[in-house]
Amino acid sequence: MKALVSVKRVVDYNVRIQVKPDGSGVATDGVKMSMNPFDEIAMEEAMRLKEAGKLSEIVAVSVGGPKCEETLRTALAFGADRAIHVTTDAQTQPLTVARALAAVFKQEDAKLFLLGKQAIDDDANQTGQMVAALLDCAQATFASKLELDETKVTVTREVDAGLETLEADLPAVVTTDLRLNEPRYLKLPDIMKAKRKPMKKVALAELGVEESTQLKSVKTVPPPARSKGVTVKSVDELVAKLKEKGVL
Amino acid sequence: MSKILIVGEHTGGQLAAGIAKVVAAARKLGEQIDVAVFATDGKAVAEQAATIEGVSKVLRVDRPENEHGLAAILAPQIAALVKAGGYSHVLAPGDTFGKDVLPRAAALLGAEQVSDVMAVHSPSSFDRPIYAGNAIVTVEVGGGPCVVATIRLASFNAAGAAASSAPVEAASTDAALPKHTRFVKLASQKSARPDLQSARRVVSGGRALGSAEKFKEVMEPLADKLGAGIGASRAAVDSGYCASDMQVGQTGKIIAPELYIAVGISGAIQHLAGIKDARTIVAINKDPEAPIFEVADVGLVGDLFQLVPELTQKL
Ligand SMILES: Cc1cc2nc3c(=O)[nH]c(=O)nc-3n(C[C@H](O)[C@H](O)[C@H](O)COP(=O)(O)OP(=O)(O)OC[C@H]3O[C@@H](n4cnc5c(N)ncnc54)[C@H](O)[C@@H]3O)c2cc1C
Ligand SMILES: Nc1ncnc2c1ncn2[C@@H]1O[C@H](COP(=O)(O)O)[C@@H](O)[C@H]1O
Repeated sequence: MKALVSVKRVVDYNVRIQVKPDGSGVATDGVKMSMNPFDEIAMEEAMRLKEAGKLSEIVAVSVGGPKCEETLRTALAFGADRAIHVTTDAQTQPLTVARALAAVFKQEDAKLFLLGKQAIDDDANQTGQMVAALLDCAQATFASKLELDETKVTVTREVDAGLETLEADLPAVVTTDLRLNEPRYLKLPDIMKAKRKPMKKVALAELGVEESTQLKSVKTVPPPARSKGVTVKSVDELVAKLKEKGVL
Repeated sequence: MSKILIVGEHTGGQLAAGIAKVVAAARKLGEQIDVAVFATDGKAVAEQAATIEGVSKVLRVDRPENEHGLAAILAPQIAALVKAGGYSHVLAPGDTFGKDVLPRAAALLGAEQVSDVMAVHSPSSFDRPIYAGNAIVTVEVGGGPCVVATIRLASFNAAGAAASSAPVEAASTDAALPKHTRFVKLASQKSARPDLQSARRVVSGGRALGSAEKFKEVMEPLADKLGAGIGASRAAVDSGYCASDMQVGQTGKIIAPELYIAVGISGAIQHLAGIKDARTIVAINKDPEAPIFEVADVGLVGDLFQLVPELTQKL
């Protein structure tokens, strides 16, 4: 059984981002970039399924500019068998990405699509759900547990009310939450091996996908700063302070 | 003219508390505000929605398939209602329900979605957080079939009660519903504590608590004293000290209590993303350099195992 895993190149989660003073966006020049952490979890899950003999092939996909290749190489180092780079120079929006990913999924005739639940740059939390809609197939978002068999996948989802379990016929789209697994550390030999694995390029237009332009970012600003707080020396002072603020 | 459809989330015969906040956001867009209730028998929920100030009409879509609120089942019905009703805007709460179902409906409609709207400037201009709330972007939406958005609940005050109830109408769609997804079960820990997203006070514990037993022993009496909800950092959840639905942060719950007390939590940006709207933040941490103190209104440096029981006792 073949699985597709999408991987997005984002500013590393440890970076304290800076908003550009002219309001045009977030500074990314010279900033450490990494694979979206939720996509690492998706890659790891795919690898575990393959190691358990439940998947025969893992294809990693990324949509974006030339630098996506680095992220795809990381996916190959994780153990993906091959990579597909959907090229575009535009700032992609989830619907466009979803259309591209759905097109690749169909072309590949894959059965399982693993995506991160959200990209930690745009925090959109949309792409997987949109892919499932476009493929008219099952979706299970925010997965913290996944069991795959021949015809279906059983997923435990982290929802506001607790843990929900769904059963979905294949093909299915699953988006990963933090507690699905802990991604492995990549070893040097795997990183070396990844360099020789196949990577295919395909332009967005070749997939028949048009760039959607419904959303325009007009201005980006830092969040309002909180006023400086105080440090108290004892619990008594803390209680007094809270009473003073009227929160007790 | 804006015509707005709100997806009326509900569980166990109760309309979700977040819907009154979504209505508040909708009132900044226009005056025609309809709430759609998808249920097996939505009478009670529809009546609750009808009493929110600003709601024009409640559409009740009863179908046996609606029992579990599955995205794959609801999305085609939402899309069909939007098309049939000529809605200009479709809204849902920015909680796990809205996040699951609305993008699926958006894609069926061919619309992009604006996630986590925190301010409405006009019917086509919105603010939303990106990068765990470390930047706020103003987006313009245009050229699509309609505006689809989830509402960041912590950013809006709930609409009040209406003087008289809005009409409830039965509605139906001819949307074909898939059979590929089946609900198996929901495991939720019933708690008498206030729900995190609507609690006026929240106390959260971090990795420093060290074990599930200690978490309970230290945090519960404090929460009891304050009548507070209990939250946690990712590290505390990952370590198994408490349930996953207690996680606060970028990828957990975004909350806006009047009082937030962070106990043994370092204050990673992903955690802070969830508490930016808290009115007063208190931090108790033994490390004076912990980033949590940069956002705390009141900080207390020291050992939580001493300080928290003392605080509990003195409240
Ligand atoms: C993609 C992604 C998403 C994430 N999403 C979230 C999220 O939604 N929510 C979230 O919380 N995290 C999230 N994280 C994790 C986040 O980066 C931090 O790892 C996490 O918040 C740390 O939890 P903590 O503060 O409890 O633990 P630590 O960072 O280990 O901090 C423990 C603190 O306790 C203090 N301490 C230790 N002993 C004592 C004592 N006896 N008394 C007082 N203080 C003591 C220490 O000084 C320290 O500051 C995410 C990470 C990633 C990569
Ligand atoms: N440009 C992209 N290339 C590859 N995958 C993407 C891209 N954008 C989003 N995704 C996938 O969709 C998930 C959710 O992203 P988002 O909906 O933007 O929060 C990510 O974790 C990725 O798996």
